[in-house]
Amino acid sequence: MSKSLVSINDFTKEEILKIMDLAAEFEADPNQKLLCDKVIATLFFEPSTRTRLSFESAINRLGGRVIGFADTSNTSVSKGETLHDTIRMVSNYTDMIVMRHYIEGAARYASECATVPVVNAGDGSNQHPSQTLLDLYSIKKTQGRLDNIHIMVVGDLKYGRTVHSLIQAMAHFNGRFTFVAPPELELPEEYKIFLREHRMEFRETTDMNAYIREADIIYMTRVQRERFSDLMEYERVKNAYILRDSMLEGTKENMRILHPLPRVNEIHTSVDANPKAYYFDQARNGVFTRMAIISYLLGVK
Amino acid sequence: MKTVLEVSAIENGTVIDHIPSGSLFKIMNILQLENITNRITFGNNLESKRMGTKAIIKISDMEVPQEALNKIAIFAPMARVNYIKNFEVVRKLSVSVPDTLEGSIRCANPICVTNKEPVTPKFEIVDKEKVTLRCHYCEKITTQEQFEIIK
Repeated sequence: MSKSLVSINDFTKEEILKIMDLAAEFEADPNQKLLCDKVIATLFFEPSTRTRLSFESAINRLGGRVIGFADTSNTSVSKGETLHDTIRMVSNYTDMIVMRHYIEGAARYASECATVPVVNAGDGSNQHPSQTLLDLYSIKKTQGRLDNIHIMVVGDLKYGRTVHSLIQAMAHFNGRFTFVAPPELELPEEYKIFLREHRMEFRETTDMNAYIREADIIYMTRVQRERFSDLMEYERVKNAYILRDSMLEGTKENMRILHPLPRVNEIHTSVDANPKAYYFDQARNGVFTRMAIISYLLGVK
Repeated sequence: MKTVLEVSAIENGTVIDHIPSGSLFKIMNILQLENITNRITFGNNLESKRMGTKAIIKISDMEVPQEALNKIAIFAPMARVNYIKNFEVVRKLSVSVPDTLEGSIRCANPICVTNKEPVTPKFEIVDKEKVTLRCHYCEKITTQEQFEIIK
């Protein structure tokens, strides 16, 4: 079976470091025609402009061709085709499948049905490993290392898949965490168990300002409306944690602010001009990281 | 002093003892006991020194196979199984919780692919004492309280 990237745990520490090196190589030289004879499918069962464009940009920069769909309205999926059959068919047409799906576990299942590598571009609230790898790349670039970084994560820790994957990845690098969330959105118990099992230092608070001066990275997340079944609860918590420029006074010189984007209002626009704001550069790093992932899985690098 | 047997002895067959009281009917369900014509006696909420209360099932004239018993292990990790011949225990067995589980239980995550597409659920058992399952597909946890049997 070809190697897929479904969950961040599919990569060893060595593979993660390899992706970091490759991403840096692609950043230095972003147009390497390594995929001239390759066709890659981007199947977006759930719309996502940013992730899809980032992947398609990466494929195009590598000289590959893209086929696929950005939503399912005009596909056989809307006729009731099973995921299994869709994936088997697309495997015949392409050398790799990049897939986003609203169903959790769909990517793992697809990787078992496919005869080509599958890259998970997000499956519900479960995994989004390319985001995690670009987060790691951004941390490495701004901090010069991945080991012993103190990350303060703010916002939706309950449903935020990028947070969950980041915790799993940082287990390789002795990461320290401060979790800031309202009680409704605090980190699920299973991840606290994971942190304890891996002897990772962490603390929880509801106060954003409590430990902000100790952080190397502030990782902001959006409170996602689509994850709430109870809209009353969403309205109650959506404005709870907003980062403002004035709060950054006295924070570490090396500190950088990351956000998987899109943001709504959790980072006030006054922060954008601060040199510690890194979220737009982070998005740019996504293209290089995805070039690294694709070329690594296809064995061209 | 015990003067009455709470669940009478059987001559031949299988006795499954030390079942948690709450799990009796789930185990009957998993073993599909409603479909067999053998004599079955059972007791629930019986006194147990080890467990507080327990349940017991006695199935006459049938040796419940090992593979079926591994499935009940997830509901009754402490269960003891005795095979009986002529009112004597001829073989003892304690069930063991397997490392992985395929089928039997529904993933508690309603938007897991195993609940949306024709896919057999698969789990890794991450805590054998509490019997906590992690879905191979959606990676979410299903706890014993959430167990729902599928056939």
